[in-house]
Amino acid sequence: MTKTLTVTTPSDREIALTRVFDAPRALVFDALTKPELVKRWMLGNMGATMPVCEIDLRVGGAYRYVWRSPDGSEMAMTGTYREIARPERLVNTQRFEAAWLPGEFVLTTTLVESGGKTTFTCTTLYDSRETRDKILRSGMESGASASYDRLADVLAELRR
Amino acid sequence: MTFSERLDATFTALADPTRRAILARLASGEASVLELAKPFAMSQPAISKHLKVLERAGLISRGRDAQRRPCRIEGKPLADISGWLESYRQIWEENFQRLDALLEELQSPEKKTNPRKGKRS
Repeated sequence: MTKTLTVTTPSDREIALTRVFDAPRALVFDALTKPELVKRWMLGNMGATMPVCEIDLRVGGAYRYVWRSPDGSEMAMTGTYREIARPERLVNTQRFEAAWLPGEFVLTTTLVESGGKTTFTCTTLYDSRETRDKILRSGMESGASASYDRLADVLAELRR
Repeated sequence: MTFSERLDATFTALADPTRRAILARLASGEASVLELAKPFAMSQPAISKHLKVLERAGLISRGRDAQRRPCRIEGKPLADISGWLESYRQIWEENFQRLDALLEELQSPEKKTNPRKGKRS
């Protein structure tokens, strides 16, 4: 299978995701930037929905996502667009509206098309290694993994 | 230590090139502080300091032999880290599998969904 997701840490402040999609890049770009499409797939793995998905796709424009988990707790993320070059490149900032996850990050997404398939690469630059590690850890904490030592703490934090 | 604190300790320990080199050396078998200090332009106390950080993170253990106290590598924290990256990967894998299905639907002409009604640049 070519659709394997690769997660790498190119430097101690970055996480990069790479994945091939069986679609032209214009369509992938739309799926990343049109609210009615974003809210259908960017849902994580805890049965969450995305009741709020607002996107003002202009340089300097803002976006805001709110996820709601089955227990009713919500988590929000916002940011602004810095570069928009449809269908090949998108740069935006990102910030969680959560006290336990401070900091603003910069995401650079590139889409390379070949033979009708698109290679998606998204590199997130965090303000510090601590923040990046927290993000990776939040993956552990919300993911369906056996190591759930801190999940209860995180859920309690989210409910506050 | 909680799982979270263990990860912090592991990553702090790994964030140093000398400590990574020490681990690489120990991957090929146990060694004393003296043996470990040899390839580095460092004093034995400096190496001992690095070893303490590695030991605290559980990345190495020290033998009880009072004279030599050989160091050996421990696999558990490294396994935790790879499990931790793996679960981050799983979240995105699920997101992207949904995106696969969505992209397929958008490309299928029979579907009524009209995602392209917005302005296209």
